[in-house]
Amino acid sequence: MLAYTVRRLIQAVPVLFGISIIVFLVISLIPGDPATAILGAFATAENVARVNRELGLDQPLPLQYLNWLAGVLQGDLGRSYALDRPVIDELADRLFPTFLLASTALVLCTIFGLLAGTVAAVRQYGWPDRILSLLVLIGISTPSFWLGMMMILAFSLGLGLFPTGDMTSLFGGGGVLDVLWHLTLPALTLAMVATGVVARLTRANMLEVLRQDYVRTARAKGVPESLVIRRHAFRNALVALVPIIGIQAGFVLGGAVYIEEVFQWPGMGRMLVNAIGQRDIVLVQGGVMVIAAAYVLINLITDLVQSALDPRVRGR
Amino acid sequence: MTVAPATDRPTRSRGAAAWTRLTANPMTVVGLVLLTILVLLAAAAPILPLADPNATSLADRLQPPFSAGAVLGTDHLGRDLLSRLIWGTQVSLAIGLAATLTAALIGSAIGLVAAYYGKVVDAVLMRSIDTLMAFPYLLLALAIVAALGPGLLNAMMAIAVVNIPFFARAVRGQALTIMGLDYISAARLSGFSDVRIILAEILPNVLPVVIVTMSTTLSWMILETAGLSFLGLGAQPPTADLGSMLGDGRDLIHRAAWVALLPGLVILFLAIGINLVGDGIRDVMDPRLKAGALTRPAPATARRLPPTTVTPLAMGERDVLSVRGLSTHFELGGRVLKAVRNVSFDVRRGEALGVVGESGSGKSVTALSLLGLVASPPGVLVDGQIWFNHRDRGPMDLARVSGRELQAIRGARISYIFQDPLTALNPVLKCGRQVAEALVVHGGLGWAAAEREALRLFERVKLPTPQEKANAFPHELSGGQRQRVMIAMALANKPDLIVADEPTTALDVTTQRRVLELLDELREEHDAALLLISHDFGVIADHCHRVLVMYAGEVVETALAADLFRNPSHPYTRRLLACVPSLERSTEIEAIPGLPPAVDALAPGCPFADRCDEAEAACRAAPIDLRPVADGHAARCLHAGVG
Repeated sequence: MLAYTVRRLIQAVPVLFGISIIVFLVISLIPGDPATAILGAFATAENVARVNRELGLDQPLPLQYLNWLAGVLQGDLGRSYALDRPVIDELADRLFPTFLLASTALVLCTIFGLLAGTVAAVRQYGWPDRILSLLVLIGISTPSFWLGMMMILAFSLGLGLFPTGDMTSLFGGGGVLDVLWHLTLPALTLAMVATGVVARLTRANMLEVLRQDYVRTARAKGVPESLVIRRHAFRNALVALVPIIGIQAGFVLGGAVYIEEVFQWPGMGRMLVNAIGQRDIVLVQGGVMVIAAAYVLINLITDLVQSALDPRVRGR
Repeated sequence: MTVAPATDRPTRSRGAAAWTRLTANPMTVVGLVLLTILVLLAAAAPILPLADPNATSLADRLQPPFSAGAVLGTDHLGRDLLSRLIWGTQVSLAIGLAATLTAALIGSAIGLVAAYYGKVVDAVLMRSIDTLMAFPYLLLALAIVAALGPGLLNAMMAIAVVNIPFFARAVRGQALTIMGLDYISAARLSGFSDVRIILAEILPNVLPVVIVTMSTTLSWMILETAGLSFLGLGAQPPTADLGSMLGDGRDLIHRAAWVALLPGLVILFLAIGINLVGDGIRDVMDPRLKAGALTRPAPATARRLPPTTVTPLAMGERDVLSVRGLSTHFELGGRVLKAVRNVSFDVRRGEALGVVGESGSGKSVTALSLLGLVASPPGVLVDGQIWFNHRDRGPMDLARVSGRELQAIRGARISYIFQDPLTALNPVLKCGRQVAEALVVHGGLGWAAAEREALRLFERVKLPTPQEKANAFPHELSGGQRQRVMIAMALANKPDLIVADEPTTALDVTTQRRVLELLDELREEHDAALLLISHDFGVIADHCHRVLVMYAGEVVETALAADLFRNPSHPYTRRLLACVPSLERSTEIEAIPGLPPAVDALAPGCPFADRCDEAEAACRAAPIDLRPVADGHAARCLHAGVG
């Protein structure tokens, strides 16, 4: 298990390198230059050249990349033009809200998705199955940003049960309960689409597993059907589902951008959208790099969980 | 258990047939109707009598739906929502389609080139694709838009780029399988250019994969481009797509909810339509994925027995199992495969009964039918009685007992040993625990005691280092060891009958002999009955007292093993015997010419007639009964008993 962990950690390094190259290239190959973005359209050529020099933009591209990477490795992601503060400080403030929102949504979609998918598989073609497939269809067809607005319309403006946005109340807020109260609607909205996908794949995997020989063996052994489902089928289905949940983490992180925007949630997603609007390229670069790295980490964790569940994976 | 493939029916043109299958699914039809309406409306936008979507009129701001002059109301600038919705749908559809086509084109090109050139080209391209997929889906699109700047075309490009990997991977996979086919090598050898081979030979074969991928990604792409517009990064005023209309509506949600509600509903309907049609296309083009293809086998085989009441069979003390007229069918759509037909036999304590036949002869299905283990659907038990002499409760008909009673007998009084112990053992549970489970579920023992008992059983089946094996997972053992684990499991509750379904087919010859010897030994020790299924007459000869020969779902001959080998009376038995390799005989092993008949289209007479040298007209005229050849020896052949 330790050897496997170390091996997977080492394998993650080139992926992170690849990501850093793409992030760097995407941002560096843009038409229009950051100097103009900083100084405005009426900057003198002299000033533009000076800013370019300060930012190291007069150097050849590979050298620029290495300089940038060296900074990244030391925790220096550059300075945000628009906010006039180090990118790393801004990210530090924004990380927790996004982490809270995305992880809550991920937990919700995992629990509901596995449960619903299993029930649908066990009652295949029964009512739970039909209702689920309808809900999944609506789930994957609904724009989450629109769903968020409809949630606000129904539960905040209509029923007055939840706040319309923000992470804490303006006055006297900030306690755990206050944050949870603010978290409910955005987390549910964010979880909904992913729940549909997890449920659909859980159903498919359970159906696949239920046809396996070892399930027949369990039945031939006289194991009660409820235990056949839980101990034999579900545990095996889970092995294939764990990486899928890791992939959902990617969709949840991406989807969080919309949800943060709709619910005024002070996380990385809103930060990115604002930064893009203001052409604050360095901040976008840093934000994308950090989120992508987090995603690599999540996939690493799901791999390790999978190997803990499946003795066969560890041997490989 | 094998099921004959469906015979090819003559088809009309492939397109027409595909359309028929597509529209056979009512959900697909709903999707098609939904999509057609939306596409027609969007396409007809220029000729419909609509208000100018961009004409502002501050006097008519935020008119609710059903207002005079604005059927669906107006937005904050007094623009007509119905008109904007239809024009916006047109933009969203066009951008979504453009993104899909772009991703399909570039992704397919990458996939084809990677598959065709292989080696370094493949490695570089696919590693780049993997890196693209290492980003959270939307995030990379945001980074691209950040670089290119907001705008509808840029948003389209960004969404296309993040979807390229799905096409590249799918196309590469399909192209690689085609590359392995002979005609590609032939084309290469005949000196056709690479471009020509890729475009003329490979591309047409990967097109279905491209279409399936397009149908699954189109709705995402429409949703995601709408999302970018919603964030203000896509369509810029005065152009409006459904996403930017939602963005406009967002600030009005507490005053004029309809401005946000309506565009979202249109996106929802659009996506539902595309997803339904996409699912339909996928089902038609990739039958493996068809929703109905994966059905959950029920806990026990379905029964459709004739409603006659049965009288208990008189069973002697030594009788363990008496099967009468057992018939099991597979019902696949309109076809009925009669896998087991009117099979009867008896097994006694301490006796080994061999069931022999080619694959597809119904021997496994017969064995699985005893405890309702035939996968259902498609299996159905349609007739027969399965009398089991329960040590406490006397004879009971397993074809008619409740599911609960069946479960109490499974693994306790009758146990199974399956063919391939690697797939038959649960890969994620330790071997000791899997054996212990048999003891726990049948009451009496807790886990700790059961695991101790499992160790004792491991010793009994001669597993070396039992403690180590109990803590091992199935994949960590050798094939022979795994089968010993299965045997320990089957033995756990000291059953009266052990059914061994080709228990040694997956093993090498030496291991095979040892496992069979162990089975003999244990059968004698426990005074249990053994039903040994095998396609190998040699195995049957060495380990069975009596033999049942099966062909096309029927018993064609039954006799004491010695009698059968001395005087095989059915031509099929003789042919099977001729297949057994032997040191004394120098003749070549003769394969039986022809194939067993498809059991859904059986002729009235002897099913072996077509492969039989001795067949005559009478053989094909009517069903043939089992005819006694000698005492305890019968054969289903008109010529039996003569020779």
